[in-house]
Amino acid sequence: MSDYETVIGLEVHVELATKTKIFCGCSTEFGGEPNTHTCPVCTGMPGSLPVLNKQVLEYAIAVGLATNCDITRYCKFDRKNYFYPDNPQNYQISQLYLPICRNGHVDIKTESGTEKAVRIHEIHMEEDAGKLIHDDWLDASLVDYNRSGVPLIEIVSEPDMRSAEEVIAYLEKLRMTISYLGASDCKLQEGSMRADVNLSVRKVGDTEFGTRTEMKNLNSFKAIARAIAGETERQIDLIESGEKVIQETRRWDDDKEMSYAMRSKEDAQDYRYFPDPDLVPISVSEELLNEIKSREPEFREAKIVRYAEEFGLPEKDILLITENKHLADIFEETVSKGAPAKKVSNWLMVETMRLLKENNLDPEDIRFSPENLASLIELTEKKTVNSTVAKEIFEEMFKSDCDPVKYVEEHGLAMQNDEGALRETIAKVIADNPQSVDDYHNGKEKAIGFLVGQTMKAMQGKCDPGSVNRILKELL
Amino acid sequence: MSKITQMDALTLGKAIAAGEVKVTEATEEYLKSIKESDEKYNCYVTVDEEGAMKSASDVQARIEKGELKSPLAGVPVAIKDNMCTEGLLTTCSSKILYNFVPTYESTAVSKLRDAGAVILGKTNMDEFAMGSTTETSYFGPTKNPANPEHVPGGSSGGSAAAVAAGECAYALGSDTGGSIRQPASYCGVVGIKPTYGTVSRYGLIAYGSSLDQIGPLTRNVSDAAAVLTAIAGHDEKDSTSVNAKAKDYTKALTKDVKDIKIGIPRDYFGEGLDPEVASKVRAAADVLKNAGASVEEFDLSLVNYAIPAYYTIAAAEASSNLERFDGIKYGYRTEDYEGLHNMYKKSRSEGFGAEVKRRIMLGSFVLSSGYYDAYYLKALKVKALIKKAFDEAFAKYDIILGPVAPTPAPKLGESLSDPIKMYLGDIYTISVNLAGLPGISLPCGTSAEGLPIGVQLLADCFEEEKLFRTAYTYEQCK
Repeated sequence: MSDYETVIGLEVHVELATKTKIFCGCSTEFGGEPNTHTCPVCTGMPGSLPVLNKQVLEYAIAVGLATNCDITRYCKFDRKNYFYPDNPQNYQISQLYLPICRNGHVDIKTESGTEKAVRIHEIHMEEDAGKLIHDDWLDASLVDYNRSGVPLIEIVSEPDMRSAEEVIAYLEKLRMTISYLGASDCKLQEGSMRADVNLSVRKVGDTEFGTRTEMKNLNSFKAIARAIAGETERQIDLIESGEKVIQETRRWDDDKEMSYAMRSKEDAQDYRYFPDPDLVPISVSEELLNEIKSREPEFREAKIVRYAEEFGLPEKDILLITENKHLADIFEETVSKGAPAKKVSNWLMVETMRLLKENNLDPEDIRFSPENLASLIELTEKKTVNSTVAKEIFEEMFKSDCDPVKYVEEHGLAMQNDEGALRETIAKVIADNPQSVDDYHNGKEKAIGFLVGQTMKAMQGKCDPGSVNRILKELL
Repeated sequence: MSKITQMDALTLGKAIAAGEVKVTEATEEYLKSIKESDEKYNCYVTVDEEGAMKSASDVQARIEKGELKSPLAGVPVAIKDNMCTEGLLTTCSSKILYNFVPTYESTAVSKLRDAGAVILGKTNMDEFAMGSTTETSYFGPTKNPANPEHVPGGSSGGSAAAVAAGECAYALGSDTGGSIRQPASYCGVVGIKPTYGTVSRYGLIAYGSSLDQIGPLTRNVSDAAAVLTAIAGHDEKDSTSVNAKAKDYTKALTKDVKDIKIGIPRDYFGEGLDPEVASKVRAAADVLKNAGASVEEFDLSLVNYAIPAYYTIAAAEASSNLERFDGIKYGYRTEDYEGLHNMYKKSRSEGFGAEVKRRIMLGSFVLSSGYYDAYYLKALKVKALIKKAFDEAFAKYDIILGPVAPTPAPKLGESLSDPIKMYLGDIYTISVNLAGLPGISLPCGTSAEGLPIGVQLLADCFEEEKLFRTAYTYEQCK
């Protein structure tokens, strides 16, 4: 087995985060009753014509620039002709001859520390197809064109990867870059990022590539890793037993951990690509390029370095916060409002993560504003509220983005900073609990905890447990 | 013809604006005319009597309220059946769309409705605009009103014949390789193919997308200018529509060609041109010369390469454009089938006619892997060279004058048996589409048999005003 090396190239489809479809004004929103996000254009009605959504072009260029590609300044759309019911025109508008981006690369670093560049052959824009639904009851197939015309980019890498680990590092890198650009949320499970794996094996030291297969239906990083292992083994077994690998498309079944041949090269279709005469060629101006470049955000790598230098945060915090740009944005804005970086980080890492998980939400769904988080932190810093109350306020903020200062006022949650009143209450607690007082004096340190609890209860939580402890010890 | 149906569109529009003729009255007259003669000519696939009468009373009310100012308000029009009309059957004269009722309107039709046009119905055509005689229609051929034993030309034969027969005041056609100009010439009416990109193609069921252009068929040049003014203009729904300022082409209608330099391509008067046609076309040139234009002959190169280049490009685009007709979403689906591929095959085999199938096969072939460079790419190069040849000609001349078709209208049944011969008949018209130029066909006499003959004027891209001015001068002086 170790005599062989695995050679992998990826074709990654990414669904772009535009509000409307690539060639018409229909919504790209997920879900919706079948065929409700449709019009004559995305259902292939006669006489309808496509018009390019400029946002698609801008996202594609942004991804190209971030992955070090050359941007094709004069680019065109081509028609890929094939008959299938989910493809309403029976041709897909894509790019073959002059794709928008070419000759790029991304630098990856694997878990085990390998660093390398993976070259990008091209990135092209295209439209998604509709969805076929097989209805067993009606014994018929139905088509839903809501997805038809949703914009995609396809990122085609060179065969530069040698292991599942590298593949996953490459995909992670793409996911992070593209989601930082806001061009897509890149979710494998939900299909907004799809990877097809082209894989071949060869003896270590060989310069020629072996015959490759293309594997589809990979819905998670784990599935990709398993599929790569499975396909590598299958190909090596074939070669070792004197058989040949056939160039074909295979479908991975992750439950059975096996792949099945879908179609071989022999029955590959002739797509009869030609430039789409309905769409005029696109000239990408210098101004547009500069404008897109100027909007490029600070990417994760840069943030990781800066957060360590500027905020002195532990690596664990930095990695978690920068995992998601929205989270990083909240962090930075909250800090810019004057909150201490580590405190902000704690709120994001602990309470925010807990509530996201409990409510099955993504960081994108966070609704509270950095202003309110900053003022909540200020309330705790000034000891206006204690940590228990702060968590209660935060839960409300997480739900409704309430103003914590107002919330404290409206609910009377401010701590009693009047020491006289506190002393009176403690004196009363001591008087009412002679048994605990005795226990304390007899060396049972734990008894003081009970007395603190009783005091907090009597104060309805609006006091600082530290002060209670101090005064109790003093009075006892 | 009644008094009303004898009027040209602008005259009728004036009478309607002046209150002398009611829109409903004009519409009724035309519907009556259709009833009287369409059984003979078969100009229409669909006559929308109810819709037309309803629209007529609406338009009349709007005119009376002063809401409609267009010179075409209230004037009844016929639309070629490849332009989508909301709620009205649109078939492309094909079995495969025999039941297709669009839920949307083509931009050109919608602009006419905005101008107050009353749509009488949809006119017959060669199936999917593929043909030069209107004989490839699933709904039977249209007959030439000048002589019903002859074809009206095509593919906008129904529109040209309807104008000639007084079954509409004017009509819209589409021109991919001569489909407006050639039937106009055969039927003795005026037809203009505007510069590519002038009229939105949204809602026009595509044949050859890079060549298709909608244009008017009318009784005279003034009507053509008025109709083009109404339908031209940028449309954000069509990326290929030109983003230019709206023009009023009727302002170009002046009798003055003293500054116009006319070139006549010698190559257009060679072998294959009927002597009667040649002499009528030359006589037309003389009329313009006498009116003050300078006229000289020149060599326009590459004429013989236009036909193969055109049929390669148009067929390639058509083979892809017509893929959507698969029996799944709309239109004809075969009765019995086993599985998806059998359904595609049978629906398309039964739904398309012979000429359409021929062009789909030709187009699929030239786009196939291994042939793309040799045929399709080469044809695109020829197209670019033809454009260059015209650019050079228009550096010297304002107008190019020549025949529209080699002969007057052939007899019914003579053309389809020899498709190559039929394709060669497009020689004078198709290079105009390849170069994107505007071209107009004007009646310039009749043959000894009494069949109309047309003369074609071409101008450089977006020089429709020159074209209209020269055409108008000719019409006034002939």
